[in-house]
Amino acid sequence: MTTAAPAATTRASAPNRPADVIFKAVSTTAGVLILIALAGVAIFLVAQAVPAIIGPLPDDDSFWAWVWPLTFGTLWSAFLAMVMAVPMAIAIALFITHFAPRRLASILGYAIDLLAAIPSVIYGLWGIAVLAPFMQPAYAWLAENLGWIPLFSPPASGTGRTILTAAIVLAVMVLPIITALCREIFLQTPRLNEEASLALGATRWEMIRMAVLPHGRSGIIASSILGLGRALGETMAVAMVLASAGAVTFVVVGSQNPSTIAANIALRFPEAHGITVNMLIGSGLVLFAITLLVNAISRWIIAKTTVDGGR
Amino acid sequence: MTTTISAPRQAQNPLTAGQLPRWSPWATLLAALLVGAAVAGLIAGASGAQFSIVTTAVIGFVLYLVAITVVSQLIEGGRKATDRFVTGLVTGAFLLALIPLVSLVVTVVANGLARFDLEFFTYSMRNVVGEGGGVLHAIVGTLLVTLWAAIISVPVGIFTAIYLVEYGKGKLAKAITFFVDVMTGIPSIVAGLFAYALFALFFGEGVRSGIGGAVALSLLMIPTVVRSTEEMLKLVPNDLREASLALGVPKWLTIAKVVLPTALAGIVTGVTLAVARVIGETAPLLIIAGFTTNMNYNVFDGRMMTLPVFAYNQYVSPGVQEQAYFDRAWAAALILILIVMILNIVARLIAHFFAPKAGR
Amino acid sequence: MKFTKLGRAAVVAAAGALLLSSCAANESGADEAAPEGSQAAGSSLSGDLAGAGASSMGAAQEAWIAGFQTENPDVNVTYDPAGSGAGREQFIAGGVSFAGSDAYLKDEELEGEFGACVPDTLPVDLPVYISPIAVIFNVEGVDSLNMDASTIAKIFSGQITSWDDPAIAEQNEGVELPATPIQPVHRSDDSGTTENFTEYLAATAAADWTEGVFETWPSSVYSTSEGAQGTSGVVDAVSNGTGTIGYADASRAGDLGTVALKVGEEYVPFTADAAAAAVDASPRVEGRHEGDIAVELDRTTTEAGVYPLVLISYAIACSEYQDAEAGELVKAYLSYVASEEGQAAGQENAGNAPISDELRDEILAVVDSIQ
Repeated sequence: MTTAAPAATTRASAPNRPADVIFKAVSTTAGVLILIALAGVAIFLVAQAVPAIIGPLPDDDSFWAWVWPLTFGTLWSAFLAMVMAVPMAIAIALFITHFAPRRLASILGYAIDLLAAIPSVIYGLWGIAVLAPFMQPAYAWLAENLGWIPLFSPPASGTGRTILTAAIVLAVMVLPIITALCREIFLQTPRLNEEASLALGATRWEMIRMAVLPHGRSGIIASSILGLGRALGETMAVAMVLASAGAVTFVVVGSQNPSTIAANIALRFPEAHGITVNMLIGSGLVLFAITLLVNAISRWIIAKTTVDGGR
Repeated sequence: MTTTISAPRQAQNPLTAGQLPRWSPWATLLAALLVGAAVAGLIAGASGAQFSIVTTAVIGFVLYLVAITVVSQLIEGGRKATDRFVTGLVTGAFLLALIPLVSLVVTVVANGLARFDLEFFTYSMRNVVGEGGGVLHAIVGTLLVTLWAAIISVPVGIFTAIYLVEYGKGKLAKAITFFVDVMTGIPSIVAGLFAYALFALFFGEGVRSGIGGAVALSLLMIPTVVRSTEEMLKLVPNDLREASLALGVPKWLTIAKVVLPTALAGIVTGVTLAVARVIGETAPLLIIAGFTTNMNYNVFDGRMMTLPVFAYNQYVSPGVQEQAYFDRAWAAALILILIVMILNIVARLIAHFFAPKAGR
Repeated sequence: MKFTKLGRAAVVAAAGALLLSSCAANESGADEAAPEGSQAAGSSLSGDLAGAGASSMGAAQEAWIAGFQTENPDVNVTYDPAGSGAGREQFIAGGVSFAGSDAYLKDEELEGEFGACVPDTLPVDLPVYISPIAVIFNVEGVDSLNMDASTIAKIFSGQITSWDDPAIAEQNEGVELPATPIQPVHRSDDSGTTENFTEYLAATAAADWTEGVFETWPSSVYSTSEGAQGTSGVVDAVSNGTGTIGYADASRAGDLGTVALKVGEEYVPFTADAAAAAVDASPRVEGRHEGDIAVELDRTTTEAGVYPLVLISYAIACSEYQDAEAGELVKAYLSYVASEEGQAAGQENAGNAPISDELRDEILAVVDSIQ
């Protein structure tokens, strides 16, 4: 979103007043503070990770061979989760803002906000106690009847605690986050644009497609990234639900599932000592780098898609 | 429609011609569900399995989408048909998404109510073995740690967003935007490790305190606050800023009195979400805030229990009377949701009283 | 910025109001009541004592802390069940006064410095928590099965895949076994339970268990088995699955079916006494320093009535504390833990096996020497 807004206002700025200077200084300091904090985290991570990355590991594996299955699992589970969550979240946000009766809409919006607050431990408990047993017959059916598709190749897991279950839990977790922000963004669509397109005879969907979605595009991507950040870094829920084996496989219904970086850290850290600690923090650094990359890509997408300057 | 207007005129009335009556979607849905139920019944009969509501719903929904689109296409034309199709799809997606969310809430409430009694709110876990006990110490801990996390991250977050939207240009702004995004990817456990390393540097090894937890949480909270505030500030129409500046209002006053209030509802939602995001964090608090069964009101000294850590611990290492531990875990989760609910109401009230009256 | 100020003020006021009005009912008035109570109990101890370590003894520590604090109302004891590794690390760094650990201190750890101890004195390992590990399974209609170590090894390594396999059937005459596939479940996190379980299999069924002993189930071996986090995870996976089998702390076996292990010519189900007997029947680790009680569990024992699949957790404490007060607290606390009363309280809440009188005398002698 590099539109002309800030530039326009700076051009019009009045002569410098002390209050203005202070206000600007405070804002700038806040931004710089974030950079310092992040630099601190980065230094900490790198310093702790270096011994594992360069040094010899206990079983002679290279660090990268060790971290690769985890990286794969992190990306794969987050990808599956986002494929489910983003369309759903947009649909829910649209439903709340443009389809539901208004009184119902505010209650729904409120309910969705609350769901974002359920601690991940509870999602984990729910995943184990409710979702996994519920999904297990479906997995068995998929493996039996659609086993020729690589995703569903048999044998199916006996407990249902597969990467797909974990991804569904992740999707349910990020859904409220994406929805809440999308809803807020859709509500900010200029009323005039909406009314104008309706007045021109557009159907509700055409109005949404031409006025609401273009206006909210950057917001949708931004909120999806927030959701993705959570999906990538989610620790407890995945650690509890997923029956991880550290395999690299695209099969989503079997008992051989890749683990994720964050879940692996949580599982191993309490009992870790010596070089293992460095290895775990090193994998944290990898996760950090992945998010960096994902964000760079999303920034690039936003920059490309908002040429028309929706507002 | 056809009943109210005589037949010859109907074809010439451009406003009502070619419209489905209002009840048609509902009728179609009902018919589709009935067919779905019939098919599900047949399948159940043939395979000897139980009658499946899931099958009914899936078949019914698909049939409804097809039927309403085809009918609308024939009578109302292509554009209307697309609209009806999308309406059906969006509503369907909404209902589908509600299933896990409702299931989750029902599970938490149903399991949480077992220990939702007075003792639970007035007792700590000191000297409690097996049944009984309460979470007052964890409630206080969660509130204090989260409050301090908010005190740290809300001003930093909002001012950063203001900088980015109103002042920022050039490399610094780009760097901050980028690294705020990066921050969203800090795994929560890494935030905890960092906070621990930082505090251990000043207070020695083995340090445990609520404020350390707050620092770890604020690392996780800041990016959410910045990103949501930034989005909301960007949505404030430029006309407002320019109008205010043209009247000779200083820029900082323009931001404080015009821009922020306009975006207030969104910012409050963002902050509430950010709080919601961190209030349920377990991993970092496990490392830095520690574990205790006693009350502690002082965030700067001593271990501090928090609700998510409590729930996790009760689940992970229960004693022989398992059920008592699990009941406490669920009840703690329920309380956590209620706390966020109250925070939410407060936030909405603030937004309601301070935001300018908008069109909606 | 009017709104943030007001908003924050409102939040602070709300939180403050709640805090002021809140005071745990079971702790209220502790300050006034405490001196009286403590005089009545004849205890002069006061202060804070912090420990951390193995989550396996978390529930037992809960009971011990409650019992100890009731006797000494002015003492605050905390035990953070963060894990054995974390506990040892914090103890070494001096962050906590005692640690709980599923393994005794390693030789290389003993070479280093210990933050809370007087320099050049060595800490001691005390086996205060003994818990049988149960092999649990979920097969409809079957409550108990007899198995020898080699059968268990074959099941977990994927060589036996069905419940009606002759190897299981011939040890369990009269039990009707279904033809359902077996789904083994293991702990996916680092744990002493896995270490003890694999140690047992490696010692008694080396031919069928070729991968040796490990704390973490590696992804590359025996990949028919499914991972689950923590004891609770394993128990949940076994209870919610069909034809599942796993291993967990015996106190958590609940209604699940359990395996009686073949020891000598008999099949021994887990009991507290059989587990405690396993420790008594085992020799001490050789070459340890004075006062240290590190047990080398004898898994291959053929003695009658011994259940060799047990887990020992140690309390690790300094033999001489820099801070004399901390030393006194640790001494009093550990004396309580090892006492008959303490062990009984632990068993009631955690289901562990109380230590035998011989072992108690040995431990108490060491505890008494703590300064």
